[in-house]
Amino acid sequence: MEFLERFAIPHPSPAIYASMVAIALVSIGILAGLTYFKKWGYLWREWLTTVDHKKIGIMYLVSALLMLFRGGADAIMMRAQLSAPDMKLLDAQHYNEIFTTHGVVMIIFMAMPFIFAFMNLIVPLQIGARDVAFPRLNALSFWLFFAGAMLFNISFVIGGSPDAGWTSYFPLAGNDFSESVGTNYYMLAIQISGIGSLMTGINMCTTILKMRAPGMTLMKMPMFTWSAFIANVIIVFAFPVLTVALLMGTTDRLFATNFFTTDNGGMDMLWANFFWIWGHPEVYILILPAFGLYSEIISTFSKRNLYGYSSMVWSMVLISLLSFLVWTHHFFTMGQGALTNSIFSITTMAIAVPTGVKIFNWLFTMWKGKIRFTVPMLYSVAFIPLFTIGGVTGVMLAMSAADYQYHNTMFLVAHFHNTIIPGVVFAMLAGLTFYWPKFFGFILNEKIGKVTFWLLTVGFVLAFFPMYITGLDGQARRMYTYSEATGFGALNMLSFAGAALMAIGFVTIVYNIYYSFKNSSRDIGSDPWDARSLEWATHTPVPEYNFARTPQISSSETFWDSKKNGHELFKGEIEEIHMPNNSGIPFVMGMIFFVAGFSFIFALWVPAVISLIGIFICMAMRSFEKDHGRHISVKEIIETEEKLGGAK
Amino acid sequence: MKELFPAKQVIGFVASLVLTAIALLVYFTDMTFTVGMTILLATAFIQAFLQIVVFMHAGESKDGKAIYTNILYAVVIALVTVFGTLLILLWDM
Ligand code: HEM
Ligand SMILES: [Cu+2]
Repeated sequence: MEFLERFAIPHPSPAIYASMVAIALVSIGILAGLTYFKKWGYLWREWLTTVDHKKIGIMYLVSALLMLFRGGADAIMMRAQLSAPDMKLLDAQHYNEIFTTHGVVMIIFMAMPFIFAFMNLIVPLQIGARDVAFPRLNALSFWLFFAGAMLFNISFVIGGSPDAGWTSYFPLAGNDFSESVGTNYYMLAIQISGIGSLMTGINMCTTILKMRAPGMTLMKMPMFTWSAFIANVIIVFAFPVLTVALLMGTTDRLFATNFFTTDNGGMDMLWANFFWIWGHPEVYILILPAFGLYSEIISTFSKRNLYGYSSMVWSMVLISLLSFLVWTHHFFTMGQGALTNSIFSITTMAIAVPTGVKIFNWLFTMWKGKIRFTVPMLYSVAFIPLFTIGGVTGVMLAMSAADYQYHNTMFLVAHFHNTIIPGVVFAMLAGLTFYWPKFFGFILNEKIGKVTFWLLTVGFVLAFFPMYITGLDGQARRMYTYSEATGFGALNMLSFAGAALMAIGFVTIVYNIYYSFKNSSRDIGSDPWDARSLEWATHTPVPEYNFARTPQISSSETFWDSKKNGHELFKGEIEEIHMPNNSGIPFVMGMIFFVAGFSFIFALWVPAVISLIGIFICMAMRSFEKDHGRHISVKEIIETEEKLGGAK
Repeated sequence: MKELFPAKQVIGFVASLVLTAIALLVYFTDMTFTVGMTILLATAFIQAFLQIVVFMHAGESKDGKAIYTNILYAVVIALVTVFGTLLILLWDM
């Protein structure tokens, strides 16, 4: 019994027990369903062992959507608790746990897999490659992300959630002030998925540098590929800092080292410093691919090529460098001198310049364009003004003297949601709607999509704009309640109403998928939007080898050239295609990492050591394995091509 | 004969031995902490650069430019991180 006590939740509530039962029932239901419908073999062959970038992309997509709902549930609980003064829905401890998991889930387990989903789905197609450079590593990245996400998500029913904020500042996150295993979950779950992200970074950089189709010079890459490239360069340079910081944090908590403690020579602020050296580049890792998606969508639906291609590229290169020069703006108030704060104020404001260049480029792309207001385009059009407001409030925050007023208030919360929701989330939903037909063979219903769009946009404005006002009036962030005398009640109620609209909006997305799956036409061809870049040049659904013949590239809009200017995209005979084999090792490694992470969290040393050995065995097996891939014969390719509507 | 003699590698090898010897001096002679640290840091960076260029053949393949850009980028970010951190946490506290 004593052994099991460590798994108990330190601060339980009926809702948590209810979730426990629900999780158990759903898990049993899924297992039973798979057995009953005899789907285990299918699941193993087609998904768990796949190395196909398109299937991995779809798995990222599904995970991201699930995590959006998990993070969304946290959000609506917080807004409900704050909707009126002195609410008693949540107590202080639960509120702490919920804002912590909300932040981590949304950034690490929702936004990150969402951008990885699009990188996986789109990049190889846009550059005319058969897969990414290291397909099996790619599968491993996914399963590490998955293991990390699952680990983090069970924390609230086994052992207790982390409660020190998504920034997990020390000394609060140290053993003295965070006794439960919650913060161990934070350290290890993010570590495991972070290793996966780092591997994706290396994989994607290599893919984009080495595997472009003949004729595609760097300056002829489609804009989404460029944005993915820059984002992955940032990943490669920023994530190691997080890895090391988390490792130091873990040893502080588990092995009593003193990196971030307040005595014995430790330095608590070093954590905040490391966290933001990774953290600020991280926000650009998220926003750049979103910019890339908007670029594709805006030029497609304006029927014009992207305005200022090279200035778009250079502004991203500049952003990638600047993003490493601004991190102190997250802790202007922690006591460093005026000189430091001034330097970082200026670098921060400088970032607004390349960002502004991009905004103008999108506007000029639409200028005199023939705009079609489809759902993806609606998100993109709404993004421009809303994101600009987020950027302007960012510049306000960047003035270090003024930040003493804004810091840690609802004003900050409004700022970053104002950049992340219209910036990242809207881009993901726009991308989802835009690319859905390419991968699933039908278009999502436009009418329902528009309802979703309006619910989300109106909901967003109602939910977050009031926070600017209450923030300036002094409403602190991360406070579970406020008194009637503050007068914040009415605006917070408005905020709650907005959050509720957004929640309804997200539910309509699921309904739309269900509805369109049943009712949408399957006869849409391979280019339903009259699009411009290479990913639309192959069949729908995309065959596993992507292109039967390697495409010849003329410009960043090669497909458009082939439709309008008679550019010959596919030349020559069909030849045998070399593809990588499936493998179970990445999945098995992911599961072992899960066990290892869990064992470390609870300091169970025997399983921890055994699973670490297991990880090394998997790597050794991979090293000694002789796997030369397989070949798809010409006959098989021709058959597939004919089935999909004629050789292209 | 000239083509057959790997002059670059031999010079590189001797240079790396000399650098190691200089670094060892710090241990065997009596000098202040600052001087010692400076010598160690300087020899370490030259040594690393030497190894990358001479023995790991950076710059000899056709993506040599990409490799140097990459190294430069990494060094710049590392320096910014280290000196930025020192500035924030020690020099300007
Ligand atoms: C014009 C561009 C931007 C500027 C000048 C800017 C400036 C700032 C500043 C100064 C802060 C710290 C404020 C404080 O703690 O008091 C901040 C926080 C934040 N920003 Fe931005 N920002 C910009 C764009 C973005 C973008 C594009 C994203 C995300 C996609 C983003 C996400 C965040 C997040 C997540 C935080 C808060 C983190 C936390 O403390 O929990 N920002 N921003
Ligand atoms: Cu920042």
